[in-house]
Amino acid sequence: MGNSDFFGLATIGYIIAMMAYIAYLIFRNNSIGVAATVITTAGFISQTIAFILRWVESYEMGIGRAPLTNLYESLVFFVWCLILGYLIIEFKYKNRSFGAFITPIAGVALGFIDLTGLSKEIEPLVPALQSNWLLAHVTMSFIAYSAFGLSFASAMMYLVLKTDKRNESAYIFWTIAGGVFAIILIAMGLDFIKFKILAHSTEELIRNHLFKATLRSSSGAVTAVSWIASLFLIFVTWRYGHVLKKIIESFDLTTDLLDELTYKTIAMGFPIFTLGGLIFGAIWADQAWGVYWSWDPKETWSLITWFFYAFYLHARLMRGWKGIKVAIVAVIGFIAVIFTYLGVNLFLSGLHSYGSL
Amino acid sequence: MLDKIWKIFSSVKTAVILFSFIALSSIIGTVIEQNLDPEKNIVLFKKIFGEELAPQVFKISYSLGFMDMYHSWWFLTLLFLFCSNLVICSIDRLPGIYRIASEPVKPLDPDSFGKFSIRKEIKLKGDYDNIKYSVISLMKKLGFRPETLDAAYGCQLFAQKQAYSRYGVYMTHLSVIIILVGAVIGILFGFDGYLSLPEGTESNVAYARKDSSGHPLGFTVRCDDFSIQFYGTSDKPSEYMSWLTVLKDGKEVLKKAIEVNDPLRYEGYTFYQSSYGPVPDSEGILIFRVKPKDGAVDDVGLRVGDAFEIEGAGLKGHITDFSPALAFDKDGQPYTYTEMMNNPAVYIEFTEDGQEKYSGWVAKRYPQTWLLPEGHIVELVDNWGKQYTGLQVRKDPGVWVVYFGCFMITVGLYATFFMSHKKIWALIRMEKGQITVNFTANTNKNKVAFERNIYKAIESLEKI
Repeated sequence: MGNSDFFGLATIGYIIAMMAYIAYLIFRNNSIGVAATVITTAGFISQTIAFILRWVESYEMGIGRAPLTNLYESLVFFVWCLILGYLIIEFKYKNRSFGAFITPIAGVALGFIDLTGLSKEIEPLVPALQSNWLLAHVTMSFIAYSAFGLSFASAMMYLVLKTDKRNESAYIFWTIAGGVFAIILIAMGLDFIKFKILAHSTEELIRNHLFKATLRSSSGAVTAVSWIASLFLIFVTWRYGHVLKKIIESFDLTTDLLDELTYKTIAMGFPIFTLGGLIFGAIWADQAWGVYWSWDPKETWSLITWFFYAFYLHARLMRGWKGIKVAIVAVIGFIAVIFTYLGVNLFLSGLHSYGSL
Repeated sequence: MLDKIWKIFSSVKTAVILFSFIALSSIIGTVIEQNLDPEKNIVLFKKIFGEELAPQVFKISYSLGFMDMYHSWWFLTLLFLFCSNLVICSIDRLPGIYRIASEPVKPLDPDSFGKFSIRKEIKLKGDYDNIKYSVISLMKKLGFRPETLDAAYGCQLFAQKQAYSRYGVYMTHLSVIIILVGAVIGILFGFDGYLSLPEGTESNVAYARKDSSGHPLGFTVRCDDFSIQFYGTSDKPSEYMSWLTVLKDGKEVLKKAIEVNDPLRYEGYTFYQSSYGPVPDSEGILIFRVKPKDGAVDDVGLRVGDAFEIEGAGLKGHITDFSPALAFDKDGQPYTYTEMMNNPAVYIEFTEDGQEKYSGWVAKRYPQTWLLPEGHIVELVDNWGKQYTGLQVRKDPGVWVVYFGCFMITVGLYATFFMSHKKIWALIRMEKGQITVNFTANTNKNKVAFERNIYKAIESLEKI
């Protein structure tokens, strides 16, 4: 069995685990919970084997490098860190309800790989990537991203729990944020169905077809309907947000615990991000390109992300902001992370390549 | 007046406003590609603002420096203000922190042992001195060096540790400033330029990136050779290498083969492998390794138009054509697929006693083309003098300041997030034949973990 087989097993495992965690939330049946944990752990072990195999396979191909060098491998590693972080939290806090929020992030990340048709080949490294800094820079960045991902999940749950009035700005914030998240996923799913499954397009999905099936359709009617449907979806989230609250309320999660978890994961991720993401990145850039900082979009967005989390920490520690206000900052911080990681690669260069047409 | 300015700068509100401006403008800077052909950004603006508005918007944003935003006066001003804010905030809060961090830990009033949330009372039977000794060793195990205060009721042990971690925040802030100072040193006293050296040539000047003006280096750099390696038969480059020699006062002082991620450093200048390309209209020398079927290997350097003989075989080869990157299409027809030297090849016509015998392409990366029908091997080893290596030349005296700042920020962040100022007290009293020990402790961070460690240690004490 090769790395892709074990990875496939892990993907299936995570998806089943996601359903199990959600079922656990709804039925509150302990054996479902245990099953969810066991499946997640099995998926994790399988993914670890896949990771090692991929490393070994790269040596057999005469390339010999850590499997952390392209978008596909980094997404996979992100999922690995996220699941590891989650399992630690589940073990430490003896609480499973968090799983229903983490496994979907993992599922979305893995789904994203197929959705975008990222290359899964073990490809040789271009000369700029042949450096010992690669391993330290990439692993630490992704450990930090995963910590931020966990903080995002707990901050979102915190907001859901803490708000109850529909005219409250924090309530509006989380319903819109959640709604937009759902819309993007649905729209990308429809792109995938329309262009990859039905039309067998071989072009790169994100660059050429993003939202073309819905929000940016060439047909005016489809575009209009899509936008109306999107607004309607946000409205529904806003109108029935309290249902989600009821569900989360039924677990033994206190808002204090969520607040603390958000802080702890950020306090963990921030120094790692500073050292591994920014500093090691700068040293490496100095080695390879002769500039430790060149304000390229990736660097700039990392800095913006760093600023957001620095702001979170100052607001909490200096200003004594607790609760809703800082939770919103934590959510925005993770949106910046997603953009630093995916947006810059996919959209910004995309924007410029449109510009050069 | 000064007081007012100080107040404005030490307020968090100012920090938030400055921070928002920096973040927002940085975002704009990532959307508008920096230092680009104006044409490209006009196209981008047309997409966003429409045909009519685009030229106006472009003109305005051009005059505001958005095309080279991170070096514009207002962006640098924002950074400078942010720094001032950071410095003033830190100075403003430093005296208070200094007081807390430098204050020695004092014994507590026995009544206030319930003041802190970490507290525990245990009752023990046994010898007073023994118990006192084991409490001291418990505290030492937790990393404290307790002082003792003897009193009528018994004694009190107290200690603190990692008080200096309170300065972690200041170290972090200071290192941000140091990094920026390093960057400024680099801008003021550094040099950023490039140098394109065809194989076999040398130069004692580099050219500034800004205005292409010449910049004397004080020594000479020579490119002895450049080579590019590929992965297998693909056109994916695996390695770019330049063999450089540094000459000072006419003497060779340093030789190094540089590649991406492994530059050459000399007298404060660093030479990075950054690009390469063909030298137009350059003849260059083609280096062949000729091995007759039953003869010894011989290396020869030739040009297009030259001829060579295969020793003892009576064969003569005439080089008639050159291709920088040869490939064969489906039908086996040769064609040149790029002007870069991806697969240099030569066309050789072989004659025997003046009679044309056969002819064909010999390509550097296609070993099957090296073999002649009689079993002789003609390998194209290299083409020398036909390529240039593109070097990035940089001098940045500020880089070590930046790295020092990076090192400090790491230490500072570690102290800030993973260390805490911890205090602990223990009160040992003799009452009615048994000994009561009251523990209490306090920390400014990571309370849960500290609490757990203390309770665990106390539990093990109870077992004795």
